[in-house]
Amino acid sequence: MKKTITLTINGELRSVDVEPNDILIYVLRDKLGVKSPKIGCERGDCGTCTILLNGEPVRSCLILAIEMDGQEITTVEGLSEDGLTPLQEKFVEHNSFQCGFCAPGMTLTATKFLEKNPHPTREEVQEAIAGNLCRCTGYKQIIEAILDVSNKLN
Amino acid sequence: MEELKFVGKSLPRIDSKEKLTGAAQYVDDLEFGPNLLYAEIVESTEAFARVTKVDTSEAEKITGVVKVITGKDFPYKFGLYMKDRFILAQDVVRFVGEQVAAVIARDPKIARRAAKLVKVEYEPFTPVFDQMEAIKKDPILIHPDLGEYPHVPWFYPKAGTNIAHWKKVRVGDMEKGFEEADVIVEDTYFVPRYAHCCMETHNAVGLLDYSGRLTVWSSSQSPHTQRNLFAEALSPLGFTHKDVRVITPYIGGGFGGKAGVTMEILAAAFATKVKGNPVKVRWTRAQEFYNTYMRQAVVSKLKLGAKKDGTIVAFEGTNYWDAGPYVEYGANVVNASGISAAGPYRIPNVKIDSLCIYTNLPAAGPYRGFGYSEMMFGVESQMERMAKKLGMNSVEFRKKNAFKGGDILVYGAPINDNGYNECIDKVAQAIDFGKKEVSDDPNKVIGKGIAAAWKGPAMPPNASSAAFIKFSEDGSINILVSGIDMGQGYLTVMAQIAAEILTVPLDKIRTENPDTDRNPYEWQTVASHVTWSCGNAVKRAAMNAREQIFDTVHAAYLFDKSTLYLEDECVKCTLKPDFALPLKDFVIDGIMVKDGTFRGGPIMGKGMFMPEFSSTKGDPETGIGGKPNVHYTVGAGGVVIEIDKETGKVKVLKTAQAYDIGKAINPSLVEGQVYGGFMQGLATALFEDMRFGEDGSILNPNFTDYKIPTALDIPDEMIPIIVEVPQNDGPYGARGVGEHVMIPVMPSIANAVEDALGIRIKSMPITAEKIALAIKAGLKEVD
Repeated sequence: MKKTITLTINGELRSVDVEPNDILIYVLRDKLGVKSPKIGCERGDCGTCTILLNGEPVRSCLILAIEMDGQEITTVEGLSEDGLTPLQEKFVEHNSFQCGFCAPGMTLTATKFLEKNPHPTREEVQEAIAGNLCRCTGYKQIIEAILDVSNKLN
Repeated sequence: MEELKFVGKSLPRIDSKEKLTGAAQYVDDLEFGPNLLYAEIVESTEAFARVTKVDTSEAEKITGVVKVITGKDFPYKFGLYMKDRFILAQDVVRFVGEQVAAVIARDPKIARRAAKLVKVEYEPFTPVFDQMEAIKKDPILIHPDLGEYPHVPWFYPKAGTNIAHWKKVRVGDMEKGFEEADVIVEDTYFVPRYAHCCMETHNAVGLLDYSGRLTVWSSSQSPHTQRNLFAEALSPLGFTHKDVRVITPYIGGGFGGKAGVTMEILAAAFATKVKGNPVKVRWTRAQEFYNTYMRQAVVSKLKLGAKKDGTIVAFEGTNYWDAGPYVEYGANVVNASGISAAGPYRIPNVKIDSLCIYTNLPAAGPYRGFGYSEMMFGVESQMERMAKKLGMNSVEFRKKNAFKGGDILVYGAPINDNGYNECIDKVAQAIDFGKKEVSDDPNKVIGKGIAAAWKGPAMPPNASSAAFIKFSEDGSINILVSGIDMGQGYLTVMAQIAAEILTVPLDKIRTENPDTDRNPYEWQTVASHVTWSCGNAVKRAAMNAREQIFDTVHAAYLFDKSTLYLEDECVKCTLKPDFALPLKDFVIDGIMVKDGTFRGGPIMGKGMFMPEFSSTKGDPETGIGGKPNVHYTVGAGGVVIEIDKETGKVKVLKTAQAYDIGKAINPSLVEGQVYGGFMQGLATALFEDMRFGEDGSILNPNFTDYKIPTALDIPDEMIPIIVEVPQNDGPYGARGVGEHVMIPVMPSIANAVEDALGIRIKSMPITAEKIALAIKAGLKEVD
């Protein structure tokens, strides 16, 4: 039984037909064309499908799309209207990412974290991004970029 | 020496913006329109069995199912180095998870549901899961037809056994060698299987269009090799190479797991059955564990002999590799590491046997380090033990025996100049090796360990790279190559090399991801060889473009070509200080001369590189002869660890890693390799722990139960050290480093555990449980 839901994606109100058992990540990617949340494990382990739901980072592989009626979703496509955010600029400067597959999810998690805690310690950064797995980088250049942007905010 | 403006600089990656904004497309992000079909695979539930019946009738009845495919549809073999597997299982399955059939449907949910309705009947055989069992007398043969399989000339399969390849190295006189030894150390080491765990699972889309062209979009390290193998395997259907095209966009990690061909051949083959419709195959995380060639396990039996003064006189080793039931790629892991299995040491008497053994666990193959990460655990544990027995500092012991440039390798050719001693000295200094440290917590002990790394690119002797460089009207550049940036920074490094020659800044250069129709040949992005090999090709292409630029200027202005040079995107002339012709003024349109006609035209540089000095022509009984390795990158890694004596948990406080990479084209990217490779190694040493059930299934094919590192697992301090003894045939002296960073990690941690606790652990991983139990039982050695 299909149902039409209406939600805000990156500032735009959009409608989409979903089945009650459709998972959000597939609806975002296949029906709405929002491709930055990636499919990594489909069980909430890896964080590559992270989105901001009403401003909070969540895993879109663990959410039913039908529950998104009236909600607001942000992905990296909608993070900045022009150019890169200061955090993204630091990621560029530090060569933080390698294959880039975890980058959208990591960026959203870190963005929200810095909003809540603009001047974190290294340990707090490590804790904050521990739910976003990255196989390439060893995390060091990601952590340094996050600390660097927070220093700039000082 | 001429000052370099782009090479050697820690410039930002050219692909960061795409990757950070979501613009970067991976295969699964590409749109294929409403005709897209989805394939779901029916996998074997048996580890070794005859397939007696495949009943697809119920699946075919489901609305939305377009096609059900079985092995009978594709009775074709494929393989990179040895043709020992079929696209889908034929009469026999040889591991749990092997592809038996497939359902292609309009909707992935329908495909999944219908695949469950395919009934497969099996007549089970007794499987063999242990390589040591598989080589006992009168074993059950996993491949009774082994003797008939086509393979590369440097493989030596033993028909009538489960030994798919037996690589031998024989130098000197072992009896005499061990007689000369004052101390002999003999041990057995075990390294289990591990999974690559790229964040992006394998996926591929195949399309046979109505004109008969087959295009495959794949997440791959090897687009040209895939095209070659697809064309070969599907040649009975009438395909030639020109009919097959492979496109590889960004890929979400590789680590060797996306080398060669694995599941992508399914997309290619299935497409031939649903003409006009693209068909997608995407691995789940569990399938990623089963069906992408995980890392091989190895049992290493090693015997090392040295004199009192620390001179190593003899090394005898046998490596028994558990390669799974298909070794079309994995046998070369055994071969390549077998050549180097005595470590980076000058030893007069060496005997190494490397056995690639068929088993009924999932097929295994290349993984970052290509056998060296595995076998060096034993070698470098053994070196530490020997140094201790001799009462020597293990760094001094290693340095005393290390290969120096020009020393003769086991196959009879000299090794390249290298900075091994500088690497290990710097690592020792960085971790204050030899100085005992005490934890503030009485319940914790601190230990230090060090280990060497070395590795040569494992590749056919004629593996080659090619590059095109084309200009646009504004003087910007597209570099067309077919290497893969799986994260290491290849696109950026190629741009830096071209920038150096052509003086065009990086913000005006794009390096393009491969499309075999458009981009020139690259063998594969494996073996840590593309910076070296494709870097040479790009450098030559840039020099070729520069030559065309000078030809154009010469034709228009009649300046002697030898007086021309490039600077800041302009052609300048040593004899005419005021002359500065911007590239953008003529690289497409040419230069107008007095009579209104033009000289020149679009500048298109081309370059290729193939090593013309490498050869695999060695004696099968001794391994002597030829020059199988083009060069070695050497280095060393050290760790400081803290162990909780109660829980056995190891925390790495600090690591220093030094590699002689000839020339760091981009030091920041090299550092990224060191951090990432170290963490991948740390996890294999401490907690990645694949478990198999009695039926040969994997018990933990997911990230809940197979733990890979999080940001909380990193050491407080990671110190990358770059040493640069130039590679004379490398671009600006560069050699590769991508794999090497993982090689010393396991032994350095094992050596540190012994330093801290006096317990020698000879099997991986060194879990907290293993240490805690050893402490409790008062053991000094753990097998």
